[in-house]
Amino acid sequence: MSDTPNNTEGDAQAPMLEPPTGSADGSLDADERRRAHDIWVAGTEEPDWIANATDEGAQELLPRDIDPALQIQRGIAVDDDFIDQPTITEDERQILNMGPQHPATHGVLRLHLELDGETIRRVKPIIGYLHTGMEKTAENLTYMQGGTNVTRMDYLSPLNNELCYSLAVEQLLGVEIPPRAQAIRILMTELNRVASHLIWVATFGMDIGALSMMIYGFRDREAILAFFEKVTGLRMNHNYIRPGGVAADLPEGWEEDIDGIFDIVGSGLDDYEDLLNRNPIFLDRTRGVGVLTPEEAQAYGVTGPAARASGVNFDLRKAFPYSGIEQYEFDVPLGKHGDTLDRYLVRMEEMRQSLRIVQQVLETMPPGDYRTDDRKVTPPPRKRIDESMEALIHHFKLFTEGFKAPAGEVYQAVESPRGELGMHLVSKGGSKPWRLHARTPSFAIVQALPVMLTDQIVPDVIATLASLDPVLGDVDR
Amino acid sequence: MAAEVHNPNFLLTTLDKGISWTRTRSMWPATFGLACCAIEMMATGAAHHDLARFGMEVFRASPRQADLMVVAGRLSQKMAPVLRQVYDQMAEPKWVISMGACASTGGMFNNYALVQGVDEIVPVDVYVPGCPPGPQSLMHGILTLQDKIMAGEIRRSTGLL
Repeated sequence: MSDTPNNTEGDAQAPMLEPPTGSADGSLDADERRRAHDIWVAGTEEPDWIANATDEGAQELLPRDIDPALQIQRGIAVDDDFIDQPTITEDERQILNMGPQHPATHGVLRLHLELDGETIRRVKPIIGYLHTGMEKTAENLTYMQGGTNVTRMDYLSPLNNELCYSLAVEQLLGVEIPPRAQAIRILMTELNRVASHLIWVATFGMDIGALSMMIYGFRDREAILAFFEKVTGLRMNHNYIRPGGVAADLPEGWEEDIDGIFDIVGSGLDDYEDLLNRNPIFLDRTRGVGVLTPEEAQAYGVTGPAARASGVNFDLRKAFPYSGIEQYEFDVPLGKHGDTLDRYLVRMEEMRQSLRIVQQVLETMPPGDYRTDDRKVTPPPRKRIDESMEALIHHFKLFTEGFKAPAGEVYQAVESPRGELGMHLVSKGGSKPWRLHARTPSFAIVQALPVMLTDQIVPDVIATLASLDPVLGDVDR
Repeated sequence: MAAEVHNPNFLLTTLDKGISWTRTRSMWPATFGLACCAIEMMATGAAHHDLARFGMEVFRASPRQADLMVVAGRLSQKMAPVLRQVYDQMAEPKWVISMGACASTGGMFNNYALVQGVDEIVPVDVYVPGCPPGPQSLMHGILTLQDKIMAGEIRRSTGLL
């Protein structure tokens, strides 16, 4: 850490807002209101900062202090002996802009790389190209509708997002979830972890030149997606896990489908390890590349497989168990070196461990209801609606107005395939959240890129970035 | 397409149809994956759904070598100039498929951050509905575009040629 150059300074050009002054009775006139809240009040003159409201200043690396030798050469300082200065290197530096439209940035990440020959000296990630305003949108959706919003954040692990949001809402409401619903949730999220890691192994392989991994990863993922489609009706963005339980019970014959997934994915994993683990090209591209030390991982808030590859023994499923996952046996794989190869090995083992959890869920699936019987959250059964006017009204109210949550705030985190996914939910007593903040794992990963990439070479950017598996929908929300 | 004359080694057709046919059968998409739809677009190109059957599995990272831009996902205000620049860099003739609800209309995100439909930025030929559209939907959109190219003239009224 100590000898790492500070890559993150910059962006310090946000307009300073004057504090609101206000008149004697506390009300503000239009101009003061604009300045106080950084808004453009209709009917007033267009403020000059309106175009700068969202930009991050000059989108380039800030100039560092100019080398004394170069100062002399440029004539800023005067020295007669400048011809003999041996350390003139600044003018060899070049800035390479990577992204946002680049096939290996996994979405729309943009990186500024300052290169010295092929060696990277400084890195600046620029995010926000997929900013969707989801935290704002969440404030306009009822708790029941909110799942449709959060499921699109990290689009490779939609079920984990839904689980996190649902657990947060349930914590606010204080409802009990029946054991079958909890087991279904674990089953679906662990399968989602496998599907997400399969996409990761496909794109990781493709980025470092093992093109057949692309074909294999997507082929095996289709088996899981077919099961998801059968259960939830959709291949992605399911909105299946909802506050109060899940949307529907598992369909007939789901046990056989899971067995089919075991056959396809289980044998697939063996094949991938045969292909990659002793492949000299693969090992050369990954070993010792993009090293993240445990201290750096913790300092930057990196969690999940990226941190565990560095040896940080932190898995939310063990540390803060949720949804009854503590009753299943599984191991948390840890790496030693924190390099790209360790991240690959950790993720491969995580897939096996997830399948192990799924196997236990399959064997111990409890009977019962798939959603809570709390009538404030769960709509009345279809049969009751035909019989009872009150049930019909209740059903109608539940889906138009939504249920109200008591005032308060909660933070709930789950272990998504990328790390700690947390939702901070603030309620002021209505049927919609007053504020939703998502603490997303990819965001921390992208912030840690500079320490991993400094003094590496250009091809290592691709290998490191691919092994970290950031999802830009997760970074930008 | 072709009329057979006495010698079976000859095919007769119009220049329009011949050129349109070659265009449809080797249409190379530019990668413009933005969000969830990009994953479905990749799945469409991968083994199970195999877009190569329609001569378009070669996703080009360089817009100079692409004919078709599949705008896959939600387009933020910050990304919009980049989209337009990539579109401008593509060589004529070029086509655009707007994949998914977000790209077509803004979808469920009617807020400050998203462009409410990429047709505000670039001309769109085919809209593919869905959130995200499955691989079958995307393939249907691509086949619809191929039909559209076959039915149209080789000179497009909006483009240079």
